[in-house]
Amino acid sequence: MVKHVLVASVVVLLIGAAAYAAFYVAPTEATMGTIQRIFYLHVPSAWTGLTSFFICFVANLAYVLRREPRWDWLGVAAAEVGLTFTTVVLVTGPIWAHPVWGIWWTWDARLTSTFVLWLLYVAYLLLRSMLEDPDKRALLSALFGIFAFLDVPLVYGSIRWWRTQHPQPVILGGADSGLQPTMRWVLLFSWVAMLALMTLLLRQRYRLEAMRGEVEMVMREAEAV
Amino acid sequence: MSVLDNTTVLLGEELRTEFRSRELLTTTVIFVLMVLVLFSFTLDPAAEPTAAESRRFSPGLLWLAFLFAASLMLQPCFLREQVNDTLSALRLSVSDPFAIFVAKVVANTLFLLLTELLLLPIFAVLYNVAVKSVFPQLLFVFLLGSLGISTAGTALSAISAQARMRELMLPLLLLPLMTPVLVVSKEVTAGLLDPNPFMRWKGVAFLAIFDLVFLTALWLFGEYLLEE
Repeated sequence: MVKHVLVASVVVLLIGAAAYAAFYVAPTEATMGTIQRIFYLHVPSAWTGLTSFFICFVANLAYVLRREPRWDWLGVAAAEVGLTFTTVVLVTGPIWAHPVWGIWWTWDARLTSTFVLWLLYVAYLLLRSMLEDPDKRALLSALFGIFAFLDVPLVYGSIRWWRTQHPQPVILGGADSGLQPTMRWVLLFSWVAMLALMTLLLRQRYRLEAMRGEVEMVMREAEAV
Repeated sequence: MSVLDNTTVLLGEELRTEFRSRELLTTTVIFVLMVLVLFSFTLDPAAEPTAAESRRFSPGLLWLAFLFAASLMLQPCFLREQVNDTLSALRLSVSDPFAIFVAKVVANTLFLLLTELLLLPIFAVLYNVAVKSVFPQLLFVFLLGSLGISTAGTALSAISAQARMRELMLPLLLLPLMTPVLVVSKEVTAGLLDPNPFMRWKGVAFLAIFDLVFLTALWLFGEYLLEE
């Protein structure tokens, strides 16, 4: 218990420090002004969401090959946590876009593929709720999770090559793209804080799912008797 | 028996089942026709359905109609086996469960392709686009797109058949997964319907890669989909 409180406090401190850095340490962006500071919430959330979905994919693969319930628990935990972070991305994106681009939404590659990604994992969770038998639920949802993750680069590629007129990526975008050094440090620090939050949430959600799995097992045994 | 022999026998069975009643094909063709008519109401009636406007919107509408049709057509694919309790027999009859999937994927691709071919002339008339000169190319794009839809769709129909609310689950799983096929097939088709038709080879390659990725996934994971 003490350990949990301690870990949670560290995460809260990290997130607080990241927020402080985003507001007071990072310089104000020249053209966009203060609104650009949402960047330090938006981009790390996106990266963290993707990290979480990747963990979900690994857990799905591991479940299909090993058939140990703990991989199923990790899978559902990672999908939910990833979905949470992706929701943050989809909400902060329009808030940032409206004053800067003059519109709430544009159908460009990253926005659209993030949205499709979000829909895919919502479908994953819905599918889980529609499968009664725990073993079947674990296996079939893991298989769908694998298909969904394989689809992600294809969704991104198809939209990027055929449907976009978007601002070039700022990071890894080309020769003259790049961030001012302080901004880069604040961004990376925010990402570390987000990853810490992700780990904490994953852990808690995993434990909850493990307990739920145990209850389910006991109930089944009781029914059998 | 080799996988190929198994597949041929199963494919024959799939085709015989369908062509005995033709239920699936008839309903799907009518469904797509309805969707195409209803779609026309979303276009501006004041602007004559000029060729230019048709060329802009119709490829997307056409593929969307195909996609909706597929999400209905793929429903009975595994449901039928489950209702008749033939899945176990099917599994016992083959040396490699991949044969079951290949037979079903080929059958579904054929059904979808047939639907598309039957509707292409009607679509060309209704939406005022020229398809005769680019027919072989269009057929090729239809084949690649339909193969992609059927491959992923067959796998998903094996999943959804075992879930509650299965009729709703299949479109829900299939449609977001099909985003790349929709985007790219639509673009390639739009290129072919241009006044100066041209083939977007990059798109064709992309569709081929999509098909390959999902065929490989089906080959690797197909057997787990049929576990009991």
